[in-house]
Amino acid sequence: MAGMGTRDIKRKIKSVNNTRQITKAMELVSTAKLKRSKDRLSVTKPYFDTVIDAVQSIMASEKNLKHEFVNKRAVENTLYIVITGDRGLCGGYNVNAMKKVVHDMVDPSKALIITIGRKAQSYFNANGFNVIDSFEGISESPMYTDAQAIARIALELYKQEKVDEIKFVYTNLVSTISQEPVMLKLLPVEVGEEGEVDKNEDFEFINYEPSPEEVLSFIIPKYVASTIYGGLIDSAASEQAARRVAMENASNNADELIGDLTLTYNQARQAAITQEIAEIVGGAEALK
Amino acid sequence: MSSMYKLEIVTPDKSFFDEDVEMTIIRTTEGDIGILKDHEPVVAPVAVGSIKIKQNGEFKLAACSGGFLTIDDERVIVITDAAEWAEEIDIQRAEESAQRAERRLNEKQGELDVLRAKISLERAMNRIRISKNI
Repeated sequence: MAGMGTRDIKRKIKSVNNTRQITKAMELVSTAKLKRSKDRLSVTKPYFDTVIDAVQSIMASEKNLKHEFVNKRAVENTLYIVITGDRGLCGGYNVNAMKKVVHDMVDPSKALIITIGRKAQSYFNANGFNVIDSFEGISESPMYTDAQAIARIALELYKQEKVDEIKFVYTNLVSTISQEPVMLKLLPVEVGEEGEVDKNEDFEFINYEPSPEEVLSFIIPKYVASTIYGGLIDSAASEQAARRVAMENASNNADELIGDLTLTYNQARQAAITQEIAEIVGGAEALK
Repeated sequence: MSSMYKLEIVTPDKSFFDEDVEMTIIRTTEGDIGILKDHEPVVAPVAVGSIKIKQNGEFKLAACSGGFLTIDDERVIVITDAAEWAEEIDIQRAEESAQRAERRLNEKQGELDVLRAKISLERAMNRIRISKNI
């Protein structure tokens, strides 16, 4: 009985150890990738912030702008742009972003979706959502041209009035151990609250060359593209951080499991030896 | 120097330039504008063209591939898709991409492709022009 037990336990230890090697390796890989994405994040952040600042300050100083990207329309259809990873094994990262979208939807039949990442694509397609476009293989190292392509599709839909608002879901890297899905309204452009504060202070007349409307129709597509780009980079870093934490936990659990199994193995081995001795002694005793 | 102001040029990949300058000449969609200290606040789209920066009496030349600029009290910010110093432009690469764009223009596929090819041709020509201008 005991002999069988030890062999089984040994096999189990071996298989857990194999899994542990994989999770450990994945942890190391994501640590390296996280480092790289974080570097990119810190490089793009100034651009991202500057563009948003510029758009916000224009919007705040010109209250009565008339522009197709600014005017609010009655919301009939909503476009969601959602970013997930191409791969799983990263804790709640993919699920949280998709949940954010699903929770926000009032009527799924009036929602259009652009997915970025294989996970979102398969989820929204499988559940019968209206997916208009999908991007794969760009989640890990997004390029600015990808963001421009996505922005172009989104703006086209908005211009043709197929959608009346655009919402963008990405994951913000709060810290290495905490990532938070964020929903942002891209269009129509909304003025942030901080815009109200400096209005009465040193309000200055800003010149728009050639005209505010012209400038806006130029800047807003840029704003949309760079917001998407910023979101892509942020999500890429979040994905690696989430995976690193998930894999670290998995490796720790495997370590614990191996410890427990080794203990049971040794106990079983010891029990087998004791029993054998008892049998020998018993046998010798009987021969006397 | 009292007649200097802060100029920032940011691209998606990096902060390209962030220093005090005396003068900047930049091409907007409405034509070249020169910016000295205490310029009135302006927001304008930037065309594909050159940026000339005057620092300590010397001019620096950079190629810029479109974007927009904002001038406010403290500083001038140029936001562009890409920027390169004239001396760092890889002429061979620029020429290759000009040829590529021309070829694509001749093939004439969709409307979008033509538009894209035109833009990339314009950018490539701009880079070639600027790098030869040093």
